[in-house]
Amino acid sequence: MNNLEKYTKVFTETFEIPEEEVQSLKYQDIKAWDSVGHMGLVAKLEEAFDIMMETDDIIDLSSFEKGKEILAKYDVEIK
Amino acid sequence: MYNITEPFSLDKAQKEAVLLKKLKELTGFHYKNCENYRHIIDRLGIKITDIKTVEDIPFIPVRLFKEYDLYSIKKEEIFKTMTSSGTSGQAVSKIYLDRATAANQQKTLVKIVSDFTGASRMPMLIIDSPSVIKNREMFSARGAGILGFSIFGADRTYALDENMNINLPEIEAFLDRHKGKKILLFGFTFMIWQYFYKELKNINAQLNLENGILIHGGGWKKLINEAVSKEDFKKCLNEVCGLKNIHDYYGMVEQTGCIYMECEYGHLHASAYSDIITRKSHDFSVCSTGEKGLIQVVSQLPESYPGHSLLTEDEGVILGEDDCPCGRKGKYFEIKGRIKNAEIRGCSDTYERR
Repeated sequence: MNNLEKYTKVFTETFEIPEEEVQSLKYQDIKAWDSVGHMGLVAKLEEAFDIMMETDDIIDLSSFEKGKEILAKYDVEIK
Repeated sequence: MYNITEPFSLDKAQKEAVLLKKLKELTGFHYKNCENYRHIIDRLGIKITDIKTVEDIPFIPVRLFKEYDLYSIKKEEIFKTMTSSGTSGQAVSKIYLDRATAANQQKTLVKIVSDFTGASRMPMLIIDSPSVIKNREMFSARGAGILGFSIFGADRTYALDENMNINLPEIEAFLDRHKGKKILLFGFTFMIWQYFYKELKNINAQLNLENGILIHGGGWKKLINEAVSKEDFKKCLNEVCGLKNIHDYYGMVEQTGCIYMECEYGHLHASAYSDIITRKSHDFSVCSTGEKGLIQVVSQLPESYPGHSLLTEDEGVILGEDDCPCGRKGKYFEIKGRIKNAEIRGCSDTYERR
């Protein structure tokens, strides 16, 4: 599994939504991605890529797209 | 970001300038966008153009949020409603948040708490039950507190089970995973005392939390009945699990984000984003330093609801400003308790009649 597949899988599994809906997904778009879901997402991303995100990055993680940029800071290239 | 200021870097004059500008703007904004708020300000006979100092900013009693739905945004912009954790039968405050206000609350909390814990996240033990955040639609103050602080934590683990019983195997496994690391503990003062401390003592458990930093809030009201002082609380926890680094905080759901953290000298500190003013209960004039009074809180954050200047039902004493030995700028104070019910009604009645 490449990083993009891994990254996508974290979203689909955390929020229980199909892959097609993930690409354009933003924070609060769906019920599952609320502030509780957000902390769950962060935990899963950290586990999947073995990283520890900074608090500012957790706050900035506002969409599927934005998350790719943020992970790049931790040398995780989502491709 | 709206506030790039470091939380404890502004002295009195710098802070007054920043706060006054922002609070005046907020007063004008809520006056324009919240009809109930406008009625109150009009009835008080206050003109926004007459406001010259932070102390001139009109304040409303915090319990108005229990009686009215107060917000300054369109209904469809509300995306989260927070409630106070009133005891059953009591009315609860309802605080309406839009995205921007909710985000600013979280950012502010991070800024303030990081000043005490450092910027890096830590393994986190939550001294509460996971059932508190089950209802995701309506957040109680307890749930909101846990969630707000969760951002500082990794491997978040609950120390109590669904029925508020201590979950010793879970705690021990957590401590095993993080041996030698700095650990963050978070919980509410009364819960920690009742369900954590007492139980640990009761079952004579051997936990080593020497590396822990405990942040707790929610007030001492319930502990007064048990005659537990701040000093007792710290001493007892130290005895039972070796905790040395303990910080109380003062805050309320009506001004989430702007919490007042206790420093290593036992003083609660106002950050650059908010402030406290103490007032005499008979005429609401401003108390001098060292004089006990009703606490008014002002905050730069509330944009979706008119809660930027509130008269609380708590009493406290301002101990000084810009000169705490811990080096943090701003006012520092202590809480003296809560006024009794009769008095609350009394003073807000007076206030509304003014």
